Amino acid sequence: MASEEFENAFAVLGRDFANAGRVSTAIKDTLKGLGIGAPIVRRVAIASYEAEMNLVMYASRGKMRLRVSSEAITLDVDDEGPGIADVSLAMQEGYSTATPEMREMGFGAGMGLPNIRKNADEFLITSEVGRGTKLHIRVNLLE
Amino acid sequence: MATVTAAGKVITLDDVVRLLDARILCGKDLAVKLGEVGAADLMSDVLALSKPGMLLLTGLVSMQVIRTAIVSDLCGVVFVRGKVPGKDIVELARESNVPVFSTAMTMFQAAGVLYGALSGR
Repeated sequence: MASEEFENAFAVLGRDFANAGRVSTAIKDTLKGLGIGAPIVRRVAIASYEAEMNLVMYASRGKMRLRVSSEAITLDVDDEGPGIADVSLAMQEGYSTATPEMREMGFGAGMGLPNIRKNADEFLITSEVGRGTKLHIRVNLLE
Repeated sequence: MATVTAAGKVITLDDVVRLLDARILCGKDLAVKLGEVGAADLMSDVLALSKPGMLLLTGLVSMQVIRTAIVSDLCGVVFVRGKVPGKDIVELARESNVPVFSTAMTMFQAAGVLYGALSGR
């Protein structure tokens, strides 16, 4: 468990598929370095990676901000992109607007947002069409 | 994604190399025991359904396979049908301590052989 507050922000570039996932693996290393238990690190890393892939696939750019306190890990993802017209539809497993290129990389099956929700203790999503999407992901460190 | 869990049988990455006649692309500690085996080309399924310690069989060759293995705590990746990823992919796997293998078997054959080994058939 982290004994002190930690914060770091990462920039992510849309369509940069070669580097997609680098931020999430860096976040995983950071959390491991802070001594956080493997099951919690895995949940955060998976949620982060799903969010990062969505950002790279759909948005032009964005930021991922990691905060670690003694109580929780929070990840706020804020992108400049097309936004999501119907968030409740996007939250349904299997719903996807992915292109063949995204599917060729093994993504775009409409599983990302539901999987983020599954791994988070708290998950908020807000989106504005033509502007972008914000995700707030929280994983508790305390029971 | 199809998965099979070890039912009492313990097999290691060394056993996998032998059973699949696989080429070791990177990975030093092959005494690692498998938790289960999953076969998938869809990384979304691996992220949603895998368990830590799973070995992934896949026909997909991309950086995202290795990054999926890293975030999901997989014990290794086997590329099927003789696929060999590029140097950059293997280098990422090596740096991240993800053992990576290549087998000439199809996904179906490799999954069948490992299913047999894990279930004792």
